[in-house]
Amino acid sequence: MKKVTLQLETLSCPACAAKVQAVLKKSKGVKESEVLFNSSRVKVSYDAEVINLEEIKGKISKLGYSTLSAREE
Amino acid sequence: MSKKGSIILGTPLVLLSFILYKTVGYHLVTIILMLATALLAGGPIIYRALVALRYRVIGIDLLVSIAVVGALAIGEFWEAAAVTYLFMLGDYLESRTLEKSRSSIKSLMALAPETARVREGANEIIVSPQELKRGMSVVIKPGERIAADGVVIEGSAYLDQSSLTGESEPVHKEVGDEVFSGTLITNGYLVIEALKVGEESTFAKIIHLVEEAQDAKAPTQKFIERFSKYYTPAIIAIALITYLITKDIRMALTLLVIGCPGALVISVPVSIVAAIGTSAKLGILLKGGEMVEKLGKVDVTAFDKTGTLTQGKPTVTTIKGYGMEMDELLRLSAIGETYSEHPLGQAIIDAAQERVLLSEQLPEDVDHIQGQGLTFSLEGERYLIGNRALLESHQIDLSVVMEDLARESHLRRSVVLVASAKEVLGLIAISDQVRAEAGEVITQLRSLGVKKSVMLTGDNRATAQAVAEYLNLDEFKAELMPGDKVDEVKQLQSEYGKVALIGDGINDAPSLATADVGIAIAGAGNDVAMESADVVLLGEKLSPLIDAIKLSRLAVANMQQNIFFALAVAAFLLVGVLMGGVTLSVGMLVHELSVLLVILNAVRLMRYAKGKKKTII
Repeated sequence: MKKVTLQLETLSCPACAAKVQAVLKKSKGVKESEVLFNSSRVKVSYDAEVINLEEIKGKISKLGYSTLSAREE
Repeated sequence: MSKKGSIILGTPLVLLSFILYKTVGYHLVTIILMLATALLAGGPIIYRALVALRYRVIGIDLLVSIAVVGALAIGEFWEAAAVTYLFMLGDYLESRTLEKSRSSIKSLMALAPETARVREGANEIIVSPQELKRGMSVVIKPGERIAADGVVIEGSAYLDQSSLTGESEPVHKEVGDEVFSGTLITNGYLVIEALKVGEESTFAKIIHLVEEAQDAKAPTQKFIERFSKYYTPAIIAIALITYLITKDIRMALTLLVIGCPGALVISVPVSIVAAIGTSAKLGILLKGGEMVEKLGKVDVTAFDKTGTLTQGKPTVTTIKGYGMEMDELLRLSAIGETYSEHPLGQAIIDAAQERVLLSEQLPEDVDHIQGQGLTFSLEGERYLIGNRALLESHQIDLSVVMEDLARESHLRRSVVLVASAKEVLGLIAISDQVRAEAGEVITQLRSLGVKKSVMLTGDNRATAQAVAEYLNLDEFKAELMPGDKVDEVKQLQSEYGKVALIGDGINDAPSLATADVGIAIAGAGNDVAMESADVVLLGEKLSPLIDAIKLSRLAVANMQQNIFFALAVAAFLLVGVLMGGVTLSVGMLVHELSVLLVILNAVRLMRYAKGKKKTII
């Protein structure tokens, strides 16, 4: 199980945050996810054998939000 | 393409389309320009809507996408171009203004130093703060910020700790004193031993707590989010029904656009983020939107006494023996208090130490009696140290001390009586100065309309009464056990409503937890208080309490303004659409403007800190 905190570009509406949250929730391999609207951050814990960091970033960027930085714990 | 790029390209396209539309009307060139705009601005919206739909998420993107596709299908090219362009522009401007509402925390973070000077033998080397390790000697010169929490081992200096506590008066620090990272040396120099570095430091913890607090949702926000989850699909259904009944596709599409709940969903989080960021600049940690809402509606403020209304450093002011030498009395009392953690006991030990009376003798069979004092044995004799209740319960005649007791109580001093098993031996009066700003704070609370200010203390009745009268408190409860305080808080809650309890965050943890808002004072460096309290006043002063309440009230009012405004705009647009005056593009324009205004209204909250700084200078 890996944990990562992604800093996204500014999330401009709470609905966008909810959207990112919903997509992550339904992604295979993602165990837990939390989207912080005000700090535009996403905390994800995921199973590295099922999904990797690049795939997670890809899913978020398809929704219109690019990842500025990622910090693994 | 970046969002900015799309706007730079989209703006001339949409302007040109508009001019041609008004002059030559729907010409092939005009239509091509409009299609290009709609594709540039609308393409990404539709793409995102489809991606979201795959995960069964229905959002604003989908509403706009349906409206755009619909407009194109019925040949309303101008409407399609305008709606997508406005949506894109609005989104960009909103994220820029949102950045502003969130900027307080960034300006705080900018105060973290980028380098640190480490002493290694005779050399000083410059390292980044991340490379600092516990135990390193760090040198700080005037104008520099400290890069780690630590203790001064050399030099002395005046520090500006406003980045942490909001208090701008310089604080003097010398060998043995504790210093915090992020604070600024105004003059002098220090060498400190680093104790907490990086993420461990108080400054980093504060930043972290502020960030978490800004994303802790207020109850109102949770409500609105639940509401909007059903709201968006409902809008689609309503638009569809409208079309089926009226066969007016323009009206149905316009309903989709004005139905975007943009201003409503953002109304609460922007006010909260601005309030929390602004308060952090004033040395106040508000732990989330829920606390902002509660503090803004507080009915009663309850204060702990020692360390909250008073300075919390009790000192011995009178020693009087009845047939016993003063020094002997103090020596005996200090022995008895050896294991005591009571602040009054500590004051006695300090006084004995000052007069070089500390002996190495230890008390035997110490028996602590909560709320009264203690009894112990020494060289075969049994002694009592404590309050009047302790001596009374041991049937000791108090007539010799009555006069002195009355006088000392009148002077707002706590009195510790010392007795043998048979008679009173002496009296030690201990005074804890009332904070200079406490009276003003109580007066201000009253003028803010807080119904009651009360004091809850474990201290004796006479001392408590003197402090309460001096500060003009509405009520006080003395001689309370920790459990009693919890009951008192519950009692206040049932009588008056929301209770804020202000304490030092250590001794009164259960009652802080019971209160609607638990507020800890002098939080900087006190990890327990910082973690557990709902609101932390980071500095040593009580006055930020007033700012915290004022700012919370402003934030609550700000939220209500935003919610009201958002709903009013939606209602106004709805009427406009039904009456037939509002087109797709006008609907989108008004909608985007309302979102921007809501954010700008929240940014207004940040002026509170600026106003504060001016009055300090």
